[in-house]
Amino acid sequence: MIRKKLSNSSLKGWLYLLPAILFLGAFMVYPLIDVFIYSFEEGYNSASQTYLGVGLYNYSYVLHDPYFLQAVKNTFILVIITVPLSTGIALLISVGLSSIKPLRNLLQTVYFLPYVTNTLAVGLVFMILFKKTAYSDGLINLLITWFGGKSVDFIDGPYWAKMFVLCFYTIWVVMPFKILILTSALSSVNQVYYNAAKVDGTSKFRTFMRITLPMISPMIFYLIITGFIGAFKAYSDAVALFGTDLNAAEMNTIVGYVYDMLYGDSGGYPSYASAAAILLFAIVLTITCINLLISKKNVHY
Amino acid sequence: MEVVLQNLTKKFRSRDRKNPQDVIAVNDFNFKIPDGKLIGLLGPSGCGKSTTLNLISGLIKPTSGRILFGEDDVTDLPPENRGIGLVFQNYALYPHLTVKQNILFPLQNLKGKDKLSKPEMLEKAVAAAKLVQIDELMDRKPGELSGGQQQRVAIARALVKMPRVLLLDEPLSNLDARLRLQTREEIRRIQRETKITTIFVTHDQEEAMSISDMIVVMKEGVVQQIGKPQEVYDSPVNLFVAKFLGTPPINVFEGQVRDNQLFIGEDAVLDVAGVENQEVYVGIRPEGFLLKEDGPFCCSLSGVEVMGRDISVVSTNKASLNPTVRSIVGTENKINIEAASVRFELKPAKVFLFHKKTEERIDFEVRV
Repeated sequence: MIRKKLSNSSLKGWLYLLPAILFLGAFMVYPLIDVFIYSFEEGYNSASQTYLGVGLYNYSYVLHDPYFLQAVKNTFILVIITVPLSTGIALLISVGLSSIKPLRNLLQTVYFLPYVTNTLAVGLVFMILFKKTAYSDGLINLLITWFGGKSVDFIDGPYWAKMFVLCFYTIWVVMPFKILILTSALSSVNQVYYNAAKVDGTSKFRTFMRITLPMISPMIFYLIITGFIGAFKAYSDAVALFGTDLNAAEMNTIVGYVYDMLYGDSGGYPSYASAAAILLFAIVLTITCINLLISKKNVHY
Repeated sequence: MEVVLQNLTKKFRSRDRKNPQDVIAVNDFNFKIPDGKLIGLLGPSGCGKSTTLNLISGLIKPTSGRILFGEDDVTDLPPENRGIGLVFQNYALYPHLTVKQNILFPLQNLKGKDKLSKPEMLEKAVAAAKLVQIDELMDRKPGELSGGQQQRVAIARALVKMPRVLLLDEPLSNLDARLRLQTREEIRRIQRETKITTIFVTHDQEEAMSISDMIVVMKEGVVQQIGKPQEVYDSPVNLFVAKFLGTPPINVFEGQVRDNQLFIGEDAVLDVAGVENQEVYVGIRPEGFLLKEDGPFCCSLSGVEVMGRDISVVSTNKASLNPTVRSIVGTENKINIEAASVRFELKPAKVFLFHKKTEERIDFEVRV
């Protein structure tokens, strides 16, 4: 009797889960497995659905492809620079925002604006800031020359300049969301802890390090994890700044490489694309696992 | 440390635009708290007792008036320089730190010549933990402790710097009834052992009466009465204090004084000499009733509650301001529960007269 009841209710549970399982299975799990299989099938042709053999050649090819190595290097630089910087700056701004009273709402809106601004408009602004045209060298160059520096071509110039623009852009784009999350996290810390710290004569800095940070650590951790994953998947930002031929600009990312392998001018190689995608998956998985391990010690729920 | 409050006043700006009058949370508070005593600030919620505590702690600044610790004027000092320990109502233990780290926290803030070495800090922390008997729990997180244990940790954290004054904000309100009894004894013991002047806030009169050396009864920001618990109970200055202290609460009646006789309804219940003829409020403590066949005060009996130790007689009277009149009599009395009415004689010391307008107490002479 009891068993029957149990299976009855679990049947109901499965029924409720069914729509989501079907969708996820068809559009997430199945393609994932498919990509994994493709990555071992050498010379797969999607038109004829044939392949030459099975092996690790795809991985070997991708790992020896200078474009892929360039993409990996770019992605890693982007991740390592933008994730800590954007989170750190967002934290500073949030702390500033929550410690002022007048104009707080106005400033919060101002800081959130990039989040709701159209990408094209943002691209235009960055163009005005950085791009060299026949008429001007861009606003930043104007400033540099003002202070006696040498004008730099940020869009078609040296590698570091392009990387700087890409990082700057990425940080600027992800910042509003982080500020939003962190200001709400900060305001949820109970004032009584600050009072207790005040009575004990705790310095501002120590209060921040020993009380505020641990209290909002789950949110910071969330932002870092999603920040890492987001930055590893960066592609559209690079396209917005440097156009579609990212390999030529030396600004390709791993996702960009996958896309190029599938649809780009040099495309039509689903096997290589799959192998690169699986490699990206492995990298993201590893980094996320490391993050989780570190967080066990430093995040307080 | 003696704590002196001089004309202490705190006004809060009104947020209500229609009613821009300032809210006076504490009004002209004068009190010299003697050294090494346990003081209970008592009053209904919103009476300004917590504000007073926060003023002493320095978390809020007074509008006017001075606060002195002994000879030092601390009115303008920030909380950390006053040498106080504060236990918050919900303890405010840092949830991510262990008990040990929580107790160490105030010590780690010390700078300059007060700075302690690590072993010294640990020694003090262990001593404080031993005092409140939580030295076995040093490596637990606050979330793993019971309410009573958290309370002890909070007290240990407040005591570890050996403050000049210890402040407790509603220290027992988050505990269940049994733990409350135990913890209030504990607070008393800790206070006795450390001899630190301790001020605590409560709305529970029983709690305040049971452990305080002195109680301060407040109402709407104004101090009503200050004194030893028994003195305040035995001679309340006004109707509010009389009503606020005591469980079961005092019975209040409308009455008149005519020719040195106190009338409740038509019964002349007591001789009161030296009181002018007037309308009065009469307060009679539940223990102020004596069952007597030919007693002067007649009430209609509505029930008897046997408590074991004593009997609670519930009756009604037209002149009573409470729905029922509750009197407590000894178990040696035999009451006919079927009877329609019950007659009492009153103990003069348990009867208080209050002025009808001002609600101040009117003294009367007892004729034997």
